[in-house]
Amino acid sequence: MAWPSVPILKEGDVLIASIQSALTDVDLVALRDALVKQVSTYRTRGVIVDVTALDVVDSFASRTLRDLAHMIRLRGARTVIVGIQPEVAFAMVQLGLTLEDIPTALDLEEGMAFLGAR
Amino acid sequence: MNDSIQVTKLPPHSMRDQAASTLLSELVAHLREHRTDLRQEWAQRITTARLLTAMSEDEVFNEATAVYDQYVEALETGTFEALQAYARNLSERIIPRGVETHEVVGIVLLLRDVLARSLFAKYQHDFAKLNRILDAYEPAANRIANTVAVGFVQERERIIREQQEAIRELSTPVLQVRERLLILPIVGAIDPQRARQLTEQLLHGIRATRGKVVVMDLTGVPAVDSNIANHLVQTVEATRLLGATVIVTGLSPSIAQTLVNIGVDLGKMNTVGDLQGGIEQAERLLGYKVVPTTQQDDARSGG
Repeated sequence: MAWPSVPILKEGDVLIASIQSALTDVDLVALRDALVKQVSTYRTRGVIVDVTALDVVDSFASRTLRDLAHMIRLRGARTVIVGIQPEVAFAMVQLGLTLEDIPTALDLEEGMAFLGAR
Repeated sequence: MNDSIQVTKLPPHSMRDQAASTLLSELVAHLREHRTDLRQEWAQRITTARLLTAMSEDEVFNEATAVYDQYVEALETGTFEALQAYARNLSERIIPRGVETHEVVGIVLLLRDVLARSLFAKYQHDFAKLNRILDAYEPAANRIANTVAVGFVQERERIIREQQEAIRELSTPVLQVRERLLILPIVGAIDPQRARQLTEQLLHGIRATRGKVVVMDLTGVPAVDSNIANHLVQTVEATRLLGATVIVTGLSPSIAQTLVNIGVDLGKMNTVGDLQGGIEQAERLLGYKVVPTTQQDDARSGG
């Protein structure tokens, strides 16, 4: 397995994956696998994926994020996607990529609040 | 251009230009000499023709003086930049006072006529010379009229564009009514451009104010077509991706029908009857509770 190019930080019982730059499909899949793996290692309750730096979210990225959230749910934790940019959000909706059953939040702080409230 | 007809009759370019410039300087000298009379007559004719009624007689006379001097200078130098700048400046000053395009074109043409007539009077005994003078005068005068009119219209269009932009921005305000609670009142018809702008302002407004709940009030919108309805639904979904919730209020029967026709997923749309209900629900979502001050006092004194 390739080592993910996205740093994964542990903050209490929450894992934070902060995407810093555009990712290739391979990077995304690596990130998904790493997160799903680490969820049980640290007895994690929630995962935050910060996509503030992404200018484009295509169908593959959107599907990978959705799979990631579903897999993490099956492993007993919750996922919240934070920091989707306004332009990216509208472009995604126009492509029909609405991430329907996945929680979203404005930024990292909101994401933490969301996970803390559960 | 008439060049193809004239070339056969007239001397070659350089000589013709030279002759024209001599004639023009003679012409300019004539216009300078009779400046006072001609300007007076022009101002007189502006008043008679009931042009520039929005301005006082003194103002008309002052502007007439300035325009006259600019006009003669443009004739003399053959450069129009100064005149153009002056025309733009003048337009900027007089457009807000309700001066119309036909008035501006009218006064410039009047000046052209006044000057042409003084040329007729001066050269009436030498018809050949009059012809040559007019050959030099007319193209320049027409170009001046053109420059002023175009300058005026451009200035006007610039103002109209600015106002349209301002109206468009004002037409979709995103207002914060409480911490993290935004309202987006929409009044009037929504065209595709306004819909785009609305989405953009809403999404950026949410980021800028860290909005959590948005009440989109459509009370003032009688009807939308299916494209716009679709766009509104997409806006609601995009808002969710930013982590905010939209409550739609004030849907008219016609819009409700359009939404049902395009098969909107009601699970995604949070709708409330009117704006008040929408704001109340938003407050509940955010954990606010609005209590009348009298009740609050009662509760405090009782406890």
